[in-house]
Amino acid sequence: MMTIEQVRKLKSLIALAFCTLAAFFGLFWLIFILGDVLIHGIGALNPSLFTNDPVPPGIEGGGLRNAFVGHLIITSFATLIGVPVGVLGGTFLAEYARGRKIARVISVLSDIMVSVPSIVIGTFIYAVLVKPVGHFSGWAGAVALAIIMIPVVLRTTEDMLSLVPWTLREAAFALGAPYYKVIIHVVYRAAAAGILTGILLSIARVVGETAPLLFTSFNNSFFSANMNGPVSSLTVTIFQYAMGPYSSWHSQAWAASLMITVFILVLTVLGRFILRWRYGKRPTI
Amino acid sequence: MNKIISVFIGLAISFLAFGSSFAGNTINGAGATFPYPVYSAWAYEYNKVSGVKLNYQSIGSGGGIRQIVNKTVDFGASDAPLKPEELKKNNLIQFPAVIGGVVPVVNIRGIKAGELRLDSDILSMIYLGEINYWDNEKIKQINPGKALPHKEITVVHRSDGSGTTAIFTDYLSVISSDWKEKVGAGTSVKWPVGIGGKGNEGVANYVKRLDYSIGYVEFAYAKQNSLAHTILKNSAGQFVEPSFNSFKAAADSGDFDPKKDFYLWLNNAPGKKAWPIAGATFILLAKEKKGSNINVVKFYEWAFEKGDKTAEELVYIPLPVSLKNKVRAYWKSYNIY
Amino acid sequence: MRHKKNPVDLIFLLVSGLASLSVIALIVGILFTLISESSLSIEKFGLWGFISSTDWNPVKESFGAATNLFGTAITTVLSILIAVPVAIGIAIFVTEIAPNFLKGPIGAAIELLAAIPSIIYGMWGLFTLAPIMANYIEPALQKSIGSLPLVGMLFEGTPMGIDLLTASVILSIMIIPFTASISRDAFNLTPAVIKESAYALGATKWEVVRSIVLPYSKLGVFGGIVLSLGRALGETMAVAFVLGNNHQITSSLFDAAATITVTLANEFTEADTDIYLSSLFYLALLLFLMSFIILALAKFFILKAERKYP
Repeated sequence: MMTIEQVRKLKSLIALAFCTLAAFFGLFWLIFILGDVLIHGIGALNPSLFTNDPVPPGIEGGGLRNAFVGHLIITSFATLIGVPVGVLGGTFLAEYARGRKIARVISVLSDIMVSVPSIVIGTFIYAVLVKPVGHFSGWAGAVALAIIMIPVVLRTTEDMLSLVPWTLREAAFALGAPYYKVIIHVVYRAAAAGILTGILLSIARVVGETAPLLFTSFNNSFFSANMNGPVSSLTVTIFQYAMGPYSSWHSQAWAASLMITVFILVLTVLGRFILRWRYGKRPTI
Repeated sequence: MNKIISVFIGLAISFLAFGSSFAGNTINGAGATFPYPVYSAWAYEYNKVSGVKLNYQSIGSGGGIRQIVNKTVDFGASDAPLKPEELKKNNLIQFPAVIGGVVPVVNIRGIKAGELRLDSDILSMIYLGEINYWDNEKIKQINPGKALPHKEITVVHRSDGSGTTAIFTDYLSVISSDWKEKVGAGTSVKWPVGIGGKGNEGVANYVKRLDYSIGYVEFAYAKQNSLAHTILKNSAGQFVEPSFNSFKAAADSGDFDPKKDFYLWLNNAPGKKAWPIAGATFILLAKEKKGSNINVVKFYEWAFEKGDKTAEELVYIPLPVSLKNKVRAYWKSYNIY
Repeated sequence: MRHKKNPVDLIFLLVSGLASLSVIALIVGILFTLISESSLSIEKFGLWGFISSTDWNPVKESFGAATNLFGTAITTVLSILIAVPVAIGIAIFVTEIAPNFLKGPIGAAIELLAAIPSIIYGMWGLFTLAPIMANYIEPALQKSIGSLPLVGMLFEGTPMGIDLLTASVILSIMIIPFTASISRDAFNLTPAVIKESAYALGATKWEVVRSIVLPYSKLGVFGGIVLSLGRALGETMAVAFVLGNNHQITSSLFDAAATITVTLANEFTEADTDIYLSSLFYLALLLFLMSFIILALAKFFILKAERKYP
């Protein structure tokens, strides 16, 4: 017979063993997926992937230059649109509207917007930017991604600005500086690392998006940097190629996946590193 | 902070300059996946000789029709021809580009390409979910001596709006009243059974990956991916192999009429050698987009002149010369040739 | 103090105010655009008629959302059922069990899993997971519990690996890190003093977790679960590859189905008639409303939890 203490200890041991198992179960998938992408992706990497455009199935030597460049352009423009709006919006919430009801409402709505299905945003942009204009365009894709970025950047900016001690602002006010100067020269400077992290993480968030691009920037089998027309992107190409039957398409899709995954992981790690270095705490996003 | 802002502005300016410098000499088309192998091969060669980039996205014929109606592309492509009154309603014109055959493909261990025989009855019953196993009596009857496994049939169809589906379901509707009543024909239908792949590409991929499956694809996809095609009984009661000749026999049976905007189906064509599921694939143009229409027509004129060999290599049937001339006259009547 | 006498300050205030209002404008804009685009379908089918109809028939131009809602509901619920126990286990491991030198790396690794884009999950699902499911896991399930009454119904048919079960598994792998990281944050809100007093009374580690940490953090964890539900609901690419895209309501998890998101991804650029496209917009509208409500609920619970134990 076991004593009550022994039973309790055994129970504890079993329960904790299950938790440990769960943790390794989670880690197992991470290693499995990353390993799979790595093995297939590295095997498919070659210089022509970056220097050539796609060729019809059956012809050797195609690449994804168009998709790499297209993806870079779309993401860059999304950043150019999304970051200023997000940073300014966050500034308003943390500074001018601090403590007011409107700030709380917008803050909560942004949190919700962060998780709104990205495919819905794709349909929305199709209705307002593709159909009326009469053609698919890189711009539409960039705007769709920017819409996903704005709430992410806005919320991080708000949080990061709130961390800046109020006394710092008061010191600047005392010198007679107007509020906008205080924000730009004091608050932004103090929160720069945090805002940068928010931007990095928001780029990491949108760079892997496929659904909002399907109906907006569409796809292009040629090299095109014309933002007024369809622009190829890596993610839409992966969708097309992985669904297709050709094995040359499959290996290119793996290679593209590898590049995207590496890029995102680097951004994420970098963001978290900056945050830890600057604030010494775990990020909340 | 100022530095970051100036970097941003610099990036913006350089990108804008970059973006605009590449505009022009691109034609955007979208639609049918059925002719994608040949269009992409033509576009590749055409780009080499003319520098024009013809961006053809194989999203499905339903998509081709929708996007040209919405005018979001320069041309739409569909294997399901539109009726003249529908064309009129949307201010479109239509001409055939190339002819091809739809082929049922299977993935059964031990059965190679061209070994399994099917007829219209069996095909419609499989797609209605009434024949569920490969060793069904009906299949055994016309395949004497074949070792057919007692395995459930995995039916693969299209998930997107598809002209290949339109041709296939039109064929099933022609030969099976049961099908016509229960499902009907169209670019998208309500499938009684099976799983849906996106595009001819997706169907070919699923058939390749799933054991004991059956799907239907344009013949080029079967060939390029070495899928096992089947032999079908045609309207004359003969079992025929899908091939250039059997497709051509089907194509020759049709009389495309420019007055009806070439509206014609080639299914269940008469003739002992004719493949029963075939069709032309069509190009749709918006009348008001005259500038881009001229460029599109230039491309197809080049394909009519120089593209026959490429098409034949992929087992598409180039239009006969007489039909090409009819199409040219049709272009002329709209002042785009 | 916050003087707005300075004209530049006024401009800055206005511009930043407008930027933050853009969030509201977007939400309202999306809502109105989706409603106006789907008006054709709303008029023709109504709300209840649309939701309850299982018909998705482009030939007869009759559309209903029931099959799509079914697919969305099953994959979402099933993935939550798989993900939540694992995620909570992970959170307990990271906060209570792991030695300090492991806490950081394991926590970070699991959060990296959350950063991998969904299309990669989808592609991996098609090429790697689907064959494993079809050849090993699904036949094993069929053999072991497939013969039981009632439950067996869930595992009928030929295992193909392209079905509801595979899609749910991929979805669950996707949301595990997300749920785990929110649960961990909630666990960390438990005051250390209370935990220590329990230990001082001789409680075992599991007893502390069960009687102190879990009750303390249940609101936050619950909010996290609802949030994950909202995420899973709107996920497109992870399921698009392996769901099989068939509009049907089925009792077996080995059958293909369609979710709202997958239907949109496959058919949105394809819809040839106006009513077809309008019905797809209607689906998007339903999805938007559902996820908005669920996410708002989640936010409500999380805020409540934070307010209770600041």
